[in-house]
Amino acid sequence: MSDQVSAPVPLVNVQVDGVWRQFPKGTRLIEACEQAGSYVPRYCYHKKLSSPGNCRMCLIEMGMPKMGPDRKPVTGDDGMPLINWMPRPQISCAQDVAEGMGVRTTSPLVEDCRRGVMEFLLINHPLDCPICDQAGECRLQEFSVQYGNAESRFLENKVKKPKNVELGPRVTLDDERCILCSRCIRFCQEIAKDDVLGFIDRGSHSVLTAHPQKKLENNYSLNTVDICPVGALTSSDFRFKMRVWFLKETKSFCTSCATGCNTVIGTREGVVYRQTPRENDAVNSSWMCDYGRLNFDYLHSHRRLLEPKIYSGGTLVPADWQTVIADAAGQLKHFNGPQIAIIASGRMTNEELWLTSRLAQSLGVHLIDIVPHRGAGDEILLSEDRNPNTNGARLLRISEEPGARLQTIARAVERGDVKALVVLGENPLEAGISADALSALPAFVLLDLLENPATRYATALLPSAGFAEKRGSMINGKGRLQRLNRAVSPPGQARDDWEILRDLIQAVSGQNGIYTIEEVFAQMSQSVREFSGLSLSKIGDLGVQVMESAESPSPDEPAKNEGNKPESEKAAS
Amino acid sequence: MAITVRRPNLSWKERIYLPAILSGMVITMRHLKNMIFGRTKVTMEYPEEKWDSHMPEHYRGAPALVRDVAGRIRCVACQLCEFICPPRAIKIIPGELPGDDKFAKVEKYPNEFDIDMIRCIYCGMCEEVCPEQAIFLRKDYAITGFTREDMVHDKEKLLEIGGVMHGVVLKWNEKK
Repeated sequence: MSDQVSAPVPLVNVQVDGVWRQFPKGTRLIEACEQAGSYVPRYCYHKKLSSPGNCRMCLIEMGMPKMGPDRKPVTGDDGMPLINWMPRPQISCAQDVAEGMGVRTTSPLVEDCRRGVMEFLLINHPLDCPICDQAGECRLQEFSVQYGNAESRFLENKVKKPKNVELGPRVTLDDERCILCSRCIRFCQEIAKDDVLGFIDRGSHSVLTAHPQKKLENNYSLNTVDICPVGALTSSDFRFKMRVWFLKETKSFCTSCATGCNTVIGTREGVVYRQTPRENDAVNSSWMCDYGRLNFDYLHSHRRLLEPKIYSGGTLVPADWQTVIADAAGQLKHFNGPQIAIIASGRMTNEELWLTSRLAQSLGVHLIDIVPHRGAGDEILLSEDRNPNTNGARLLRISEEPGARLQTIARAVERGDVKALVVLGENPLEAGISADALSALPAFVLLDLLENPATRYATALLPSAGFAEKRGSMINGKGRLQRLNRAVSPPGQARDDWEILRDLIQAVSGQNGIYTIEEVFAQMSQSVREFSGLSLSKIGDLGVQVMESAESPSPDEPAKNEGNKPESEKAAS
Repeated sequence: MAITVRRPNLSWKERIYLPAILSGMVITMRHLKNMIFGRTKVTMEYPEEKWDSHMPEHYRGAPALVRDVAGRIRCVACQLCEFICPPRAIKIIPGELPGDDKFAKVEKYPNEFDIDMIRCIYCGMCEEVCPEQAIFLRKDYAITGFTREDMVHDKEKLLEIGGVMHGVVLKWNEKK
């Protein structure tokens, strides 16, 4: 159809199930059928990987235009070419569309083929769906409902294969469930560039295995679990934890580095069970790294701060929010601007950072910075900048260069020039401030998720919410504004960070008329040019490009190449 | 709209009540005589006496987990009963069987299995949905307790009610 085409690609006419449609040249036939509304079942084909055509599930009936003696297509009454149907079915995943091509996706021959392929695939498949983690999102289950038989015609014993194999530190393999689609092998070769998987043995004894001296331990290994159409590869972390049909799925993004891979967070009754990547060709294609994917345990850690506390009688005592906010504001108002410093975090959302700058304004604070977090990056997705919102902090003038003013702040605290320190979601000990200096501070307001060695020096402790527990927006390393959605509620008495900051600003400088996070964004978009005309809902699930970036992908780039191309991440350095 | 009820026209015999009272007394006396001579017995002395042997085959009492003849807890913690349960009475926490377990081939078992008998409505959906023939509604109907916690049947209690089930499919054998 014409609306999905960028100008230079010529269109070809293809007849899908009797209706003539137009597709850009180079479209895979299987994709063309899907765009035409007729989903062709597949196991081995994945649009971000190469097409080996080995599962035979996507068989369709195909035909080319009937040629007259003059080598011109013979046209019918409707002016379109007549089609010469091929007698045998073809696989639609290894075929590009061509002018005058005809496809039948629901003919009796095609349905028969699918039934036949399903029967073969199920010969040796153990019917252990009750214990299989893939049950509920398993292609084999879905297509066997559509094309399978209720009973097997095979009386022979099933072939025994290795079960519960530790393929790597994070992936468990069940070879009996494997249908040899080779998606995982191709992923490791083409995307992760770590060629460790392969098939050995022959015929029905073929098994998937890792290279004898190697393990599937690259940082992208869990993507093989996502693309495995059956339950052969399962996540060792998620294994047997929860059935997938219980999981409430919330669209969000990963906050473990500046890439901001789009994710779906699976939760049930306030517990986060897993994160899976969500397709966004402008950010992460269909993948995410294991480091980011598994980095949510801390939300349910026993170190979570659960109640607001104030310093009273030489120790931290729990109090209600109103008291703690009033007390914290009182502590801060006691000093004037140059005596106060704020250490914010690159893990905070734009809304929180904007409120932080408002707080700094109302207190007259100029000593403000974020703590840089860096780690080893790679050429695929993982960024060296482990702060998800460094660009947001830059844009909102919290920190031109992350960490540049930290030294100054640390020295001022050590010297005693700074009497009041506000730390938001960071550990000041890691920012170069000594424990002695912290304990000597008359006012140390700490907003954080987890208990750390600096927590006990706080004079006001404000427990905040984790990335899956709040709404807000961040700007990734490539300048794309993305939205966090709330998947679970914060535990205990912990609250949304922006609410705490709003209350703190109100306690310091009076009413500000902000009641919802939408209002925070609305006010922020008035003062920040890049956000003008946007709102949290307008950001959408795939985000909006708000900052110039040399490496921002052009929108015309076809999705197909996106996955194969390593997306290097240098903008955030 | 008001409905006008027509009162019956009573005869004088009905209006003086006495004949009706007398005929009632006659019936009572007849029962008394039959009781004295042991010819009828109307009251069942529950709980000393029970009607259990007369219960129909399809009676739906307390849900329970069963073991098979090899002693294996048949439940594999697939959580379909938890999903189907209309009052959400079932709570399962799955676990992984250790590799050296006698039934390690099954891989998964219910680490915890609780049925809140205050919530249970004895509908039998759990039995119907179970792909492993592991949960059955037994004929126990007197489910009592002093606290709400007492009314939550845990795995041990459920297995105690369930006992061993004969004649079910042995699916996880070597031929699987």
